[in-house]
Amino acid sequence: MSWLNNLKDKVGTPSGWYSDLTRTPVWKSIFRHKLPNDPKNRALVVLTNVFLHLHPVRMRKQGLRVSYTWCMGGISFFLFLSLTVTGILLMFYYRPTAQHAYPDMLDLMESASLGIMREMHRWAAHLMIITVWLHMLRVFLTGSYKPPREFNWVVGVLLLVLTLLFSFTGYLLPWDQLAMWAVTVGSNMARATPMMGTEGPGVQLMQIGDVPLITAGSDMRFVLLAGRFVGEGALLRFYVLHCLGIPFIFVILLAVHFWRVRRDGGISGPGKGGKLAL
Amino acid sequence: MIDLLRGFMNWLFEPSIALTLTIVAVWALYRYRRVCTQNKIVGGLIVASPLLFFFFSAFDPNFWIQFKRPDNIPIAGMMFLVVFFTWFALKLAVDNDDRIREGRPPKEADPEEEEKVFVWPDLVYTELLCLLLVSILLVVWSILIPAPLEEPANPQLTPNPSKAPWYFLGLQEILVYFDPWLAGVVIPTFIIIGLMAIPYIDTNEKGNGYYTYEERKSEIFLFQFGFIVLWVFLVFEGTFLRGPNWNFYGPYEYWDPHKLVPLTNINLSEVLWARWLGIGLPSFWLVREFVGIVLMLLYFVALPVWLARGFLRRYYDQMGLMRYVIFSHLLLWMVMIPIKMYLRWTINLKYFVAIPELLFNI
Ligand code: HEM
Repeated sequence: MSWLNNLKDKVGTPSGWYSDLTRTPVWKSIFRHKLPNDPKNRALVVLTNVFLHLHPVRMRKQGLRVSYTWCMGGISFFLFLSLTVTGILLMFYYRPTAQHAYPDMLDLMESASLGIMREMHRWAAHLMIITVWLHMLRVFLTGSYKPPREFNWVVGVLLLVLTLLFSFTGYLLPWDQLAMWAVTVGSNMARATPMMGTEGPGVQLMQIGDVPLITAGSDMRFVLLAGRFVGEGALLRFYVLHCLGIPFIFVILLAVHFWRVRRDGGISGPGKGGKLAL
Repeated sequence: MIDLLRGFMNWLFEPSIALTLTIVAVWALYRYRRVCTQNKIVGGLIVASPLLFFFFSAFDPNFWIQFKRPDNIPIAGMMFLVVFFTWFALKLAVDNDDRIREGRPPKEADPEEEEKVFVWPDLVYTELLCLLLVSILLVVWSILIPAPLEEPANPQLTPNPSKAPWYFLGLQEILVYFDPWLAGVVIPTFIIIGLMAIPYIDTNEKGNGYYTYEERKSEIFLFQFGFIVLWVFLVFEGTFLRGPNWNFYGPYEYWDPHKLVPLTNINLSEVLWARWLGIGLPSFWLVREFVGIVLMLLYFVALPVWLARGFLRRYYDQMGLMRYVIFSHLLLWMVMIPIKMYLRWTINLKYFVAIPELLFNI
C-alpha cells in the first residue's frame, strides 16, 4: 500500500497552493492546529475535530488491523450514513399514501435525475444487514463481548434488532405486491402473541365477563398495522417508524455503542481487559 | 450426464439431507481445522465453494429464475462472506492455538502489536479506504442492478409463494414446524434474549481479545451452529428451496405450482391413540395429550437436571444454578428446532402436544 503511504505523506507535508491555503486566516479559523505531521498536531487533529474525536488519539497497532476487526463495525456505520443521505433524498419524492406511494416509486425510477437513489438505498440496506451480522460474528470470535465489554454487546444486539426493523418497515414503502405480502406474512405472526393476539395462547383469559379484551380490532397485529390488514394505516405507521421512530432510537444507541467502545478500553486485545483508556 | 448431476444435486438439497450436510460441514471444518486452513487446496475449495455453487447453478434455467431476482443477489454474497470470514477467523485461531501450545502469547499480544500508533493518519486512512471501496461497490451495484418493483399492492391477489423479507426467512421456515406463537413470538424473543445473555452466561475467561478455537471450543461451535445452521442455512433454504405453497423444490427443479405433496402430518396423540391403541381420541385434552405433555416436561425439566449431573456437569459447576437454568433452556430450545424439523421430514410428526382448545401446540 505504498500509494496510501504516499498520500499520507502528501497531506502531512504541504507544498504549492496547498501550502498557501493553509496559511490563510480562513483555514486557520477552521483548523486550530498545524498540519498533522508531528505527534502534537496528530493528537490535536483528533482532539479538536468533533467527528474525529470519536477516536482515541493513539491506539494499539493490533486494533488497527483489518484482519482483526474486518472493519465491519465501521462499514456498518458508513452504510448507515449512506442510508441516511439517500433516504433523505428519497423523502423528497415519496408520499406515504396508498394513492401516491406506488406512482411515486415509478416516477423516482423513471424521471428523477440521479436515478439510482432507490437502488443505493435498497442495496445499502441489504448490505448493512449482512455487515452487521458479520460484525457480530467477529466480535464473538474474538471474545470481545467478555468483560469489560458485556454491556456493549447487549447494546449491539439492540442495534442488530433495530437494523432488521429498519429494513422490515422500509420493505413496505414501495407499496407493490412484494412489499405488501412480505409485510403481511411478517405481521400475521403478531396475531399469535400470547395473551395479546387473537390467535395466541391464553387469549381466552383476557376477558371481562363475556367481553373479550382482545379482538381483531385491538390485538397486537392491529397495533402494528393500525388496521385489520396491511392498508393505508400500516403504510403511514411504517413510514413514520422507518424515517423517524427507529432512527431516533438507533442514533441514541449508536452513540452509547461508540462511547462504550472507547470507555471499555478501545478495541479489544489480549491482556488489557478492564483497563480504562482515555 | 448433466441431468444425472442435476438430479443428484436436487437430491442433495432435500431438506433432511441438506440440513445434515450443513451440520456435518460445520463440524468437520472445526474438527479438521488444520487441514482446512493450512492446506492451500482444501482452504481454497472451502472459500470458493459458495462462488462455485452459484456460478455453475446460474447456468441452470430454473435456478437462474430465482437467482436473478435482485433481492436474492445479496444472499449469494452473504453465503460467500459468511463462509470466507468463518474460514478466515478459524485460520487466525489455528495459528494462535499453535503459538499458545508452544507457550507463546497469541499473535495479537506480540510486543510489536502492543505498540501505540497515532489514529491520524493510520486509522483514519484505513477508514477512508474502506469507505471508498464500499462506495464504489454500492454505486456499481446500483447501476448494474435495478431495484425490484412489482405490480401495485393488491390485497385481493395473494402471490404464491408469499415470502417474508429474506432476512426473516429463517423464522418463516421455523413457522412450518412450530405454531405461530412459538415461531413468531417466543423463538424470536429467545433469540434476542439469548444473544444478549451470551456475555453473562459464558464464564470462560480465556479467549478475550484474540482469535482462538481451542480455548473456547464449545462456545464457538454452539454459536456457529446457531448462526450458520439455524440462521444462514435457513435463509438460503427459504429463498432458493421453498416454492409455491411453501413446498420444497430442488435448486434446479422447476417451481411447478401444481406439485402435489401429500399432507399427512399427524400429532403425537393421534399416533398414540388412533394408530397404536386403535381407539378414538379421548375428548378431554389433558388425557388426550398426556403423553406429549409428559414428554415435554421430561425434555424441558428433567433433561436439564440430568445433563447437569452428567454431560454438562462441568458447565453446571462453573456457571452456578441460575446461569445454568437459563443456558440449558436456551440450548434446549435451539436444539428443539432441528429435532422438530427432522421429525417432520421423517415421520410427519406435527405436534408433540396439540391443544387447539387453548390455542396451544408444541
Ligand atoms: C448497527 C450496527 C452496528 C454498528 C454501526 C456498530 C459499530 C461498531 C464499531 C465501529 C465498532 C468499533 C470496532 C469495529 O469496527 O469492529 C464496534 C465495536 C463493537 N461492537 Fe458494534 N456495531 C453494530 C452492531 C453490533 C452488534 C450487532 C454487536 C453484537 C451483538 C456489536 C458489538 C460490539 C462490541 C462488543 C464491540 C467492541 C469490540 C471490540 O472492542 O473489539 N455491535 N461496533
